[in-house]
Amino acid sequence: MSSPLLRLEGVHTHIGAYHILHGVDLEVGQGEFTVLLGRNGAGKTTTLRTIMGLWTAAPGRVWFGGVDIATRSTPEIARRGIAYVPENMGIFSDLTVRENMLVAARSARRAEGMDATRLEWIFGLFPAIRKFWQHPAGLLSGGQKQMLAVARAIIEPRKLLLVDEPSKGLAPAIIQNMIAAFRELKQTDTTVLLVEQNFNFARQLGDKVAVMDDGRIVHSGTMAELVDDEGLQQKLLGLSLAAHQ
Amino acid sequence: MLSRIFSGDLPRSRMLALVLIAIVGALALAPFVFPGAKALNVAAKICVFIVLVASFDLLLGYTGIVSFAHTMFFGIGAYGVAIALTRLAPSWAAIAAGVAGALALSFGLSLLIGLFSLRVKAIFYAMITLAVASAFQTFASQLSEITGGEDGLSFRVPEVLSHGFVLGGHSILGVPVDGKLISYYLLFALAVALFLLMLRIVNSPFGRVLQAIRENDFRAEALGYRTVVYRTFSNVLSAGFATLAGALLALWLRYNGPDTSLSFEIMIDILLMVVIGGMGTMYGAVIGATLFIVAQNYLQDLMKLASDAALGIPLLSSLLHPDRWLLWLGILFILSVYRFPAGIVGRLRTRSKSHSAAQ
Amino acid sequence: MSPSVATAPAADALPQLVADRIPLLLVPALALAALPLMSSLSTWVTLTVAGLAMGMIIFIIASGLTLVFGLMDVLNFGHGVFIALGAYLAVSVLGAMSGWTGSEHLALNLLAVLPAMLVAMAVAGGVGFAFERVIIRPVYGQHLKQIMITMGGMIVGEELIKVIWGPQTIPLPLPAAFRGSLLLGDAAVEKYRLIAVVIGLAVFAAMFWVLSRTKVGLLIRAGVQDREMVESLGYRIRKLFVGVFVAGSALAGLGGVMWGLYQQNVTPQMGAQVNVLIFIVIIIGGLGSVGGCFIGALLVGLLANYTGFLAPKVALFSNILLMVLILLWRPQGIFPVAKR
Repeated sequence: MSSPLLRLEGVHTHIGAYHILHGVDLEVGQGEFTVLLGRNGAGKTTTLRTIMGLWTAAPGRVWFGGVDIATRSTPEIARRGIAYVPENMGIFSDLTVRENMLVAARSARRAEGMDATRLEWIFGLFPAIRKFWQHPAGLLSGGQKQMLAVARAIIEPRKLLLVDEPSKGLAPAIIQNMIAAFRELKQTDTTVLLVEQNFNFARQLGDKVAVMDDGRIVHSGTMAELVDDEGLQQKLLGLSLAAHQ
Repeated sequence: MLSRIFSGDLPRSRMLALVLIAIVGALALAPFVFPGAKALNVAAKICVFIVLVASFDLLLGYTGIVSFAHTMFFGIGAYGVAIALTRLAPSWAAIAAGVAGALALSFGLSLLIGLFSLRVKAIFYAMITLAVASAFQTFASQLSEITGGEDGLSFRVPEVLSHGFVLGGHSILGVPVDGKLISYYLLFALAVALFLLMLRIVNSPFGRVLQAIRENDFRAEALGYRTVVYRTFSNVLSAGFATLAGALLALWLRYNGPDTSLSFEIMIDILLMVVIGGMGTMYGAVIGATLFIVAQNYLQDLMKLASDAALGIPLLSSLLHPDRWLLWLGILFILSVYRFPAGIVGRLRTRSKSHSAAQ
Repeated sequence: MSPSVATAPAADALPQLVADRIPLLLVPALALAALPLMSSLSTWVTLTVAGLAMGMIIFIIASGLTLVFGLMDVLNFGHGVFIALGAYLAVSVLGAMSGWTGSEHLALNLLAVLPAMLVAMAVAGGVGFAFERVIIRPVYGQHLKQIMITMGGMIVGEELIKVIWGPQTIPLPLPAAFRGSLLLGDAAVEKYRLIAVVIGLAVFAAMFWVLSRTKVGLLIRAGVQDREMVESLGYRIRKLFVGVFVAGSALAGLGGVMWGLYQQNVTPQMGAQVNVLIFIVIIIGGLGSVGGCFIGALLVGLLANYTGFLAPKVALFSNILLMVLILLWRPQGIFPVAKR
């Protein structure tokens, strides 16, 4: 069996005087959709930021495609094929939607240089992107910004997508749209590592699941396993899916 | 006993203690050891600048705020005394009125600037104070009916301090006890008192909070300290001490003008002194001020010799020209910010620490 | 930008268009407000052109500074050195070409001034590159040290200028064809001021084009808002920053040439003096905003000239007054830059 696309080995992350990650071990296989669950402050966002090189793992190793990227710079990590949708979405509000997309499309020098077929596909996933193409992104609603953030991440093919809580603060209708879009993305064999607190959202998408607490991975396995085992859910997440439906 | 006078904040390095004793001793005995008007002037200027630089350290070193308006408060103090003594009779009451008025103005202004701009980033504060200080300088030179404009004000001081005064023909070790000597020792005593007071402030609980804010303002805020209030208060205190230093300068010189107390050059000088001496140490003010002012007055003579020696070599001789001494201090300043941010004092302290660790 | 407030009803709801247009009206409003106070229309025209010229030069100098701050949170207190450097280079270049500057032919004058500007920009840009490397790079992200180090750079730079050109004030006369005035109706407008306005507009247009039409420009604007995101998209922001720093220094050099010709003399202290002015301008405009910087510069220039005519004593403080008023209205400046 080939080695996983992404593997974290004993990753510790310190932010200033605070020790956030206490030895995270995590594997994400090629083509898998992995959901990272856990309560607030468990270290999920820090894990994504550490993979992205925005925090430095010390000590620890982050293997991506067979290369240790733990000490590489953020731009280099991005250029190796990782796209990142941060929790705050990172939208450039002074730029138009089109300009946001152009900035994300590294190989295009001008708007016309973006892959038209791919763009059509994205417009199909998120019609709002086409509709507000020329508008300043700062004027978009929260849900539209989230769509733009995801659209930016997939404007060019990337090996791995890191997505931080795409459902946060969104209305149910938009969450459905987002789920549909991610499902479509799964068809393209894109590898995704998605951080979520919303288990309902997570179970509709995840192949694999990892649960974090206190800066460590406390459980990992398949999503199907977790969905079927209410006792495990109770133990790990303090929730019962039945009660939530 | 000694520890109480220094508020428990001793030099913590034998070398540093020796240097400080040498400086204070030299200042205390200046009229007797260094004869001549120039030497006494240098000594008096050092006393004033120790207070001024220490008050800037209170802000920069202990609170982590860069202000470029410090000479404004220095100038206010000097002008307060100058204007009062010009307008009123040369009496102690006039001095008191001048100092009180100056302090009131300084407190008001520093409070206003603080509340206006201390909420935001350090950089913003630095820029705002730079603009305000330059406007104030223009303002002072424009109000020439009151401030004497660019010419400044010369005035008479209370008789005991005036140069003509001689205390009944006494003399100590051959030095006549005249107004000049009395002025010097008054200045020296006040400078020592003000310095010890500031040392007490930075070592009080209030001073500890300031340092906590400097290290991590989010954390200090989370611990329940209103950082804006503390910063503003430290700003006001520092302005107050600068004002007093200005008053001392005016009394000593019996003159004040924009170039002696208000100019931006002095602001730069203070910045150099505090950084080279050592930020956040208070003692750095003593060493920085002494070193800088001695260099200002005597290094230039040395440079002139070197410059004359290098006369044949065009660029080198102009680099060594006595007027270019600030170039070398500027380079020293940049190096000290990079290499030893705790300045000379920090350097001496780490040396003594590694010494005792080695034993 | 907080996602928690995002509660739009549907994915395709029309976003509300609330463009901020008030600041754009400030400049014409100020100009119109001054009109009834003037003794005659021609005085107003003269002063307005003078104000615009001054504003344009300030803008050229300040634009780089505000971008440098926006992109990397670096405030360069040594920016003034590049202004003085540019002006002194103009003295040397124009002095060497005195045959052409003395000629009445506009073409020959331009042939002398253009190289002066190019040399000033090239040298200031080069020195800027070194300045960024030696002075600023070691203190990224440390504001306190940054302020002090760049101030130290300013001191050393000023002293070096004195070493090279001497400490005294040097006259910088305008080329012959730039001198004198044109008559617009009754109003006498100095030719050089018109030239300054034209160059200023050209720089603004070029900058506007780069920032809105090229990918590098988009990246700069994106970086001003969210540096981390630009890096996460795979761009080395440090490279971008060095480019902006060099360009900003070159523009300060160009501005220095124009400021020197405007004052018709140069002094080593001119950098420090102009520094105060441009700090006020970029605070007024909103740190990091080029558009705000442009409006702020024009406001400062116009107000200085109007008050200089109406109430010379007030003129000395008009900048500070303007800054206080703007900050009371918008504490982050005219165009606050949305940062996270």
